[in-house]
Amino acid sequence: MWMLLLVPFVGLLWVPFYNSLEPTLFGFPFFYWYQLAWVPISSLLIWLVYRSRAPDEAP
Amino acid sequence: MADRIDWVALAIFLFFFALVTVMGFFAARWKSGPVSAHLDEWGLGGRQFGTWITWFLVGGDFYTAYTVIAVPALVYAVGAYGFFALPYTIIVYPFVFAAMPVLWKTAHANGYVTAADVVHGIYNSRSLELAVAITGMVATMPYIALQLIGMGVVIKAMGLTGELPIIAAFIILALYTYSSGLRAPALIAFVKDIMIYIVVLVAVIVVPAKLGGYGAVFSAANDAFAAKGGDTGLILKPSQMLPYATLALGSALAAFMYPHTLTGIFASKSADTIRKNAILLPAYTLLLGLIALLGYMAYAANIKVSSPNDVVPVLFKVLFPSWFAGFAFSAIAIGALVPAAVMSIGAANLFTRNVWKSYIDPGISHAGEAAVAKIASLIVKIGALAFTIFLPTQYALDLQLLGGLWILQTFPALVFGLFTRWFRAEGLLLGWAVGILWGSWTAWSNGLKPLASIDLGGGRYTFYVGLGALILNVAVAAIATGVLSRVSPDRRSVIAPS
Repeated sequence: MWMLLLVPFVGLLWVPFYNSLEPTLFGFPFFYWYQLAWVPISSLLIWLVYRSRAPDEAP
Repeated sequence: MADRIDWVALAIFLFFFALVTVMGFFAARWKSGPVSAHLDEWGLGGRQFGTWITWFLVGGDFYTAYTVIAVPALVYAVGAYGFFALPYTIIVYPFVFAAMPVLWKTAHANGYVTAADVVHGIYNSRSLELAVAITGMVATMPYIALQLIGMGVVIKAMGLTGELPIIAAFIILALYTYSSGLRAPALIAFVKDIMIYIVVLVAVIVVPAKLGGYGAVFSAANDAFAAKGGDTGLILKPSQMLPYATLALGSALAAFMYPHTLTGIFASKSADTIRKNAILLPAYTLLLGLIALLGYMAYAANIKVSSPNDVVPVLFKVLFPSWFAGFAFSAIAIGALVPAAVMSIGAANLFTRNVWKSYIDPGISHAGEAAVAKIASLIVKIGALAFTIFLPTQYALDLQLLGGLWILQTFPALVFGLFTRWFRAEGLLLGWAVGILWGSWTAWSNGLKPLASIDLGGGRYTFYVGLGALILNVAVAAIATGVLSRVSPDRRSVIAPS
């Protein structure tokens, strides 16, 4: 599960993949909405890792 | 810009400034603890901040007022390239989630207050501790100066001129930080962040509606960049892609090495508080992405400014009534107070624990630590104020750039020790020195640009200097550790993991 934490790095640091204007969404070029979409996706991935891990032994 | 004083905006501004000043002084009694009796109380707010307070505090000091001014300014000036702040402030959180709870546990178990405390605790090396402490203090000073510059931009937009308003605001800030410690910015952060959220949400809904929608905003920016030429545009030029990715990665690794962000970590109640914040803090990144678009909205609104830093204030003045512009300017100015306070506290903690206690008065009491830190925070702030008043703005920007590069070189010393005890203090110190020297020299010889180039296999690669220096730093630290392990396998300098 911890591997999920690496996914945002791949998605955002591989710049050639998203460096384009099309397809647009609500007037936003791809470059912009793709990166903005990674905000909730990253939160979700971190949350999945958070849920799967064993809780702290000590408070 | 208009030179007339905008009285409505100014009145609103003064109201909010007075409000947070009262809150700043009152904060000493909030979640009450003996503020002057222990550095944990003054410098870390009693190590008791839960998920929401930490969210507001870290959100308030990581996404600074200067960001609100500078990111749209850069996007306005160059387009897509200025957006690197977005991937940067996304990928920082998986790292925070993985590393910062471990750091918190180490600090909590041993009563550490600063990054340099942690490094000394792991490696038992006074020189490595001092290297980390001095890097932190030096990197923080220009960062505080930038907050003042951000505040100056909005004060100027209201028609006030001269240095006096900034000096007055800063003296008030210095006084309540002195008396309340970290509780003051933590309490003020609530007001500041809620105001910023309101301003940005209104702006990103109302402004495109006035200007014909986001499609029109992007197309106006596209036309402007087409006319402007050069390395600008709605997407990156091929030569900008590697700089974009390396700037994002390097900045993300550096972000939580700064004393002000680490102070937020150390002040948390539990490791779980930090994990939950790694999930919740990206909400501010969404906000930052929308703030960045203000740079394009300026084109759609036909705004022309001489200095890109004026883009945001002028946009608000042109598109909104005075009272809302005043509200927005208050949000930005208060947004400068929170990080400036936390930064000065972080630097003061470093000075107290890792310079004063380590070298001048090892037997200092807890109350003595708090007293030294309070005075150090005043000196740090006066230094930053003098910096902005007597030196050109460009110096603060250049030093901030170098500061990011320097603080990144403390990454191996602070983070590696949380996961492995293989590295030796001597190796890490050598790596730190090589990274700082090579990085500073390279940035300096490129006219203080954050980019360096190398030629490899016929291709020319341009990348962020800080990240290059970090790679060199780690390589040197690893080689030196390897050599040392052969020469003297017996390692007295390292304490066994606790």
